[in-house]
Amino acid sequence: MDSQSVAAQTVETGHIEHEHPPFLRHHFENVAQQREAATFGMWLFLLTEIMFFGGLFCAYLIFRNWYYPAFVAGSHSLHIWAGTLNTTLLIISSFTMAMAVHAAETRVRRSLMGWMIVTIILGCGFLCVKAYEWHDEWVEHHVPGLNFNPATLEHGTKAYPDDTLAPDMAQKTSVYFSLYFAMTGMHALHMIIGVSLLTILLIGAYKGKYVDGHVAPIENFGLYWHFVDIVWIFLFPLLYLISRHQ
Amino acid sequence: MEQQQEHHHHLHVPHPDMGPSEPTHHEEHIVTPKVYLIVGASLLVFTATTTAVSYVDLGEFNAVVALAIACIKMSLVVLFFMHVKYSSKLTRLTVACGFFTFLVLITMTMTDYISRAWGRW
Repeated sequence: MDSQSVAAQTVETGHIEHEHPPFLRHHFENVAQQREAATFGMWLFLLTEIMFFGGLFCAYLIFRNWYYPAFVAGSHSLHIWAGTLNTTLLIISSFTMAMAVHAAETRVRRSLMGWMIVTIILGCGFLCVKAYEWHDEWVEHHVPGLNFNPATLEHGTKAYPDDTLAPDMAQKTSVYFSLYFAMTGMHALHMIIGVSLLTILLIGAYKGKYVDGHVAPIENFGLYWHFVDIVWIFLFPLLYLISRHQ
Repeated sequence: MEQQQEHHHHLHVPHPDMGPSEPTHHEEHIVTPKVYLIVGASLLVFTATTTAVSYVDLGEFNAVVALAIACIKMSLVVLFFMHVKYSSKLTRLTVACGFFTFLVLITMTMTDYISRAWGRW
């Protein structure tokens, strides 16, 4: 479009076409309002995500109540160190993502990219630990639908020799592991999506985006990343911790 | 800069449909790295605590303590990392409504399941 004619036109009409940054959409009054609308929309999306994961948590609590010994034995078969390590990795990644948002707000491109890269590395580290755990569960025949063998849970484990289950209750550990894989699987899918989006944003940051006042993409991605962290903050005690002494 | 721009906008182009100009947003607040560092460190301390407590036999209270710590951690993340403490009333109300609705759904579902076998334990 011919910028000269537009500029002339705006003087006539009073429409300040060139007074606003290029990322401000026309239906918003100003950048702050646009950012507020984006935050509002992002939170609405996250609330649907809360309902989605909430349904899984609810199912977990109800089935844990029904098949309590099976859930305790299932929980005992997990590595508590892996869960703790992953919680630590995710919390640090939430911190680095918060710092990335801060770097975008203060418009420092190098630190924005640096914090994003660290966040990506920590996210990948989480997925590696998770993959190690899943592999372990595969080896132990704890994957329902693929190689599940309830007999492995009838006679207790090395760490918990008292975890003897009757064959029918041992069969119910498949419910524990189904929910375990559904919940950690959906969470890991969110992590994979998060790492992918963050890589795309990193390319944008490399090209100089997000440090010109257009913080909303980074900020809203931050909201998503922190949400995924919160899901894990609840998965960790429910799957790994609360049945330890039962 | 944004402030100036908004001022400029309202001064010269009052929107015909808007009526008297009213604040459409909350004053932007940039959270300092110090706050992020304190919150991050607290979250790590809570993680260490919840793992350590799980090794202590508290009976039923193992679950209560673990979930209470998880709730505290969630609050810290939501308030500081997700900026809700510094957000507009619209955002805070949205978040509060969402959590309230979620609690209602969970509570009613649980109430149903708990009361089905009432007295037959």
